[in-house]
Amino acid sequence: MTGFEAFFLQLAEDFPRWNFIWLYDEKQAGRVLSGLWMTIKLSLACVILSLIIGIIGSWLQGARNRFLRATVQGYIQFFRNTPPLVQLLFFYFALGQFTPVVTGPDGWTEVPIISNAGWAIISLSFFAGAFNVEIFRAGIEAVPHSTREAAEALGMSRTQTYTNVVFPLALRVSIPALNNNLVNLVKTTTQAFAIAVPELLYESVSIWNDFPSAQNPTMLLLFVVYIALVGVLVFGMNSWERNMRIPGYGQ
Amino acid sequence: MTNWTPEQPIISIHNVRKSFGVVEVLKGVSMDIMKGEVICIIGPSGSGKSTLIRCINALNDIQGGSITVEGQEVHDDDLDRLELRKKVGMVFQQYNLFPHKSALENVMMAPIKVLNEDRAEVETRARALLKKVRLEGKEDNYPGELSGGQQQRVAIARSLAMRPDVMLFDEVTAALDPETVKEVLVTIKDLAAEGMTCILVTHEMGFAREVADHIYFTDKGVIVEHGSPSEFFDHASDPRTQEFLSQIL
Repeated sequence: MTGFEAFFLQLAEDFPRWNFIWLYDEKQAGRVLSGLWMTIKLSLACVILSLIIGIIGSWLQGARNRFLRATVQGYIQFFRNTPPLVQLLFFYFALGQFTPVVTGPDGWTEVPIISNAGWAIISLSFFAGAFNVEIFRAGIEAVPHSTREAAEALGMSRTQTYTNVVFPLALRVSIPALNNNLVNLVKTTTQAFAIAVPELLYESVSIWNDFPSAQNPTMLLLFVVYIALVGVLVFGMNSWERNMRIPGYGQ
Repeated sequence: MTNWTPEQPIISIHNVRKSFGVVEVLKGVSMDIMKGEVICIIGPSGSGKSTLIRCINALNDIQGGSITVEGQEVHDDDLDRLELRKKVGMVFQQYNLFPHKSALENVMMAPIKVLNEDRAEVETRARALLKKVRLEGKEDNYPGELSGGQQQRVAIARSLAMRPDVMLFDEVTAALDPETVKEVLVTIKDLAAEGMTCILVTHEMGFAREVADHIYFTDKGVIVEHGSPSEFFDHASDPRTQEFLSQIL
């Protein structure tokens, strides 16, 4: 045992409510790390998927087909106006019943093709995606009609105008609002706890259920880790925003 | 294909009617424009000048009459808009450059994306065009870093990069400082001298008098009077034209 580990073992003995068990117990450290890794995977998957949903949704909102536009609108209203936790439970318990099952790796148990982590990713991505659609739409509306007209007058099709002119400009307008929504999304991944996805909150609660003396340190850990995760995201978004800045534009 | 030959009008506008809702802004306008001609359309605000030239490249639709460009009817449901817009370039009052692209990229975008031309070849042409509009050295500047007059010249180069047969200018100096108006007008004059067919909506009477082959005066959605610059400015016959000219000259 290293001096570092010995210090925290002693600390736990001297102050029984401050048992930093995951700093000297390899098994608990493993639970924290696997929880953290799951949280990072959930966050990355949800951020990427929700952005894709946002881009496609805002594109469809400008479609000529009324049915398509109404579908997107219905999707937004549903996911924006219901609690994300209820959505998650609905996806997992209600829709989960209808997904096909496959034979698991042991050769005899049947497992659903979409795991609980899979449902968490789907549900949270749709939730954050609904907001992203609205964020991108606001960005698209901020692009002057005359700029679009200029692209049209140069012979560009609707798709070419969107990909070369409208979207690149809309994206720049959207980044600050997107930043907010993605920060929320990373924090909301803790709700996957409710369907037993072994992410950081789930593992933390498991640790303090097994070792009540570790409750305070583990809660502290949760705050520190989420502040760090969100910090990394915000740092990334801010650098992105700086890189996208157009010289002489909007200043 | 159409049977158009260069001896026929390159643009033929016949009895065009256009309404926005219940407001009729063009009430039967006709004009024929020959290849290489420079036409100026003048008239008070709201007389339908801009609307008319926007109809020529199908940015606005019409409710009656016909517009043909090189024999092709513009307001036809089967219109190939890309073909039309390859023939007709347009420059706007507010320049409408793509703010996230440098001057050079603004000029290069359409030939690469729309015409699928070779990038290196387009770049050579774009640099030559920027030189032609006297913007050598500004290739890498973004629109936000350029003055209004410089932006408008980038917009002209951007339009020319598509090698149009006709150029439409919609009050292109109206948003500019008086001292930068001239640099844009010089560019247009060069184009006209090279034989480009130009249709200008303008309030620059001195310029119209100098470069136009033919002047049309519109008021309240109709062409009140038209003629050569000297006929028009010195011998206007219609009282509305006389009144307009007395106010601005």
